Amino acid sequence: MPPPRTLCGMSSPRQHAHQAPPAIEAVALRKSYGDKVVLDGIDLHVPRGTIFALLGPNGAGKTTTVQILSTLIGADSGESRVAGHDLRTAPQSVRAAIGVTGQFSAVDNLITGEENMALMADLHHLDRHEGRRATAELLERFDLVEAAKKPTSAYSGGMRRRLDLAMTLVGSPEVIFLDEPTTGLDPRSRHTMWQIIRDLVAGGVTVFLTTQYLEEADQLADRIAVLSGGRIVAEGTADELKRLVPGGHVQLRFLDPAELARAEAVLGLGIRDDEALTLQVPGDGSVHTLRALLDILDGNDVAVDSLTVHTPDLDDVFFAVTGHPDDEKTQTR
Amino acid sequence: MSTTAPLVRDSRTMLRRNLLHARRYPSMTLQVALIPVFLLLLFVYVFGSALGAGIGHGGDRTAYLAYVVPGILLMTAGTGTVPTAVAVCTDMAEGVVARFRTMAISRPSILVGHVVGSVIQTVINLVLVTAVALAIGFRPDASPVEWLAAGGLLGLFVFALTWLSVGLGLVSRTPEGASNAPLPFSFLLPFVSSTFVPVDSMPSWIRWFAEYQPFTTVIETLRGLLTGTGIGHNGWMAVAWSVGIAALGFVWSLRLFDRDAR
Repeated sequence: MPPPRTLCGMSSPRQHAHQAPPAIEAVALRKSYGDKVVLDGIDLHVPRGTIFALLGPNGAGKTTTVQILSTLIGADSGESRVAGHDLRTAPQSVRAAIGVTGQFSAVDNLITGEENMALMADLHHLDRHEGRRATAELLERFDLVEAAKKPTSAYSGGMRRRLDLAMTLVGSPEVIFLDEPTTGLDPRSRHTMWQIIRDLVAGGVTVFLTTQYLEEADQLADRIAVLSGGRIVAEGTADELKRLVPGGHVQLRFLDPAELARAEAVLGLGIRDDEALTLQVPGDGSVHTLRALLDILDGNDVAVDSLTVHTPDLDDVFFAVTGHPDDEKTQTR
Repeated sequence: MSTTAPLVRDSRTMLRRNLLHARRYPSMTLQVALIPVFLLLLFVYVFGSALGAGIGHGGDRTAYLAYVVPGILLMTAGTGTVPTAVAVCTDMAEGVVARFRTMAISRPSILVGHVVGSVIQTVINLVLVTAVALAIGFRPDASPVEWLAAGGLLGLFVFALTWLSVGLGLVSRTPEGASNAPLPFSFLLPFVSSTFVPVDSMPSWIRWFAEYQPFTTVIETLRGLLTGTGIGHNGWMAVAWSVGIAALGFVWSLRLFDRDAR
């Protein structure tokens, strides 16, 4: 992206949010296949220029949601608009505004990377010169220049994903759907993909991504919705979701049971595990509280073997909201 | 901005894609051209003398060659349905076709690309088979106009069969299924027709079917155009069958394609 676009991209989403309709809006989407309910009434609201993550385990309905919002399949009921266009009455307008990168790479495996890109340029009706320029620029940006003349069947998983995304960008879409963009990628390719996604949003587009990885949602998304069994069981920013689960704790490990017992007596709180010889003390893990804790133990000559700080992460949220169907209990415990 | 209609423009792009595939992986399309060539040689050189006597008028091997070539051309059109159905079925499972469905392109162009690509390949096969027939002594007495009419009718029939095979490819769940689905058109109808023997020689219950089924009407018309036998009602029936099959295949295929993606 050239710098000027990046600059306006940074500020425009917030300004736009008041004027233009949201990038994605869905109310009470339902879809079932026979007796099997896949989506049981989900609502979505994604402002322009933001990254929205739909987080959920396999079979939660993530791919079905993307398929509906990208016009591949129809919902049984519910209203939805993408880039301001109604999915039911104006699917072709929706298609003109979106780009989709599927869970299984949507590249043509029998032809080369360059030919795949040319195919996209032709389908977007770019003229020859413009098509060549856009294709060359994207191949360069996604580090695919060397591989451009090779058939894509010879590409690695990471290269294929990059080509897939490059093809999606040929039409300069406003809203991009990424269905599990990093599933099956090695850590390095995953980080490359994350950076690419961040750059996209800096350029002003809206990204709707699905993922099974909590870390990915935490790293990228402005807002996260947790999908489980066809329902959205939690939604908010990463921080808001983390607040749903009890705070962090410090785990103290001891070498013998006597020390553990003395520590508990001195501190007067914590969850004691006699087998593991550990004591879990509530605390946020800040330097201040850690120092206070260690001072008390030192002052009473309690020998601590080791200490680990556990801050709540999305894993806790995920298990809290999907592991227990009535998550009220988890919150009020 | 081009003023070309989106359907034409996108179909051209899809055709380019399909021809690229066919050029890189030509194995199956060539294979299906070998079947009619093999049958031509088998029937002319092994059975030709006996069958030539059977078709009457004191026919010999050369007379049988003239008799059998139009049917062999239809068989070439028939075997061409198999790679089409398989290619369409395989393609529909590809992620890139799901991508096409989410793009603001003319949707029928995806199928039109397959149809035009397949017709071109089958026409190439027809030229190859005709060349073999001419090389082993087939000497039609057709005028340029008759050649043109024969080529036109064959082209129309191939177009019709191709739309039908696109539908068969769409309705098949696996490539194996797709290679079996066109069996009536690649094997059954070409045999139960006047390809190898006149329908007069068949028992009456099968003769009625063989006489009026699409392949026979096209074969008899081609035979008339190329070798001067009587055409009669076969001419308009051949055109009617072709147009009917094309329309049916077209509507059926588009309807199948517009279902939800699998």
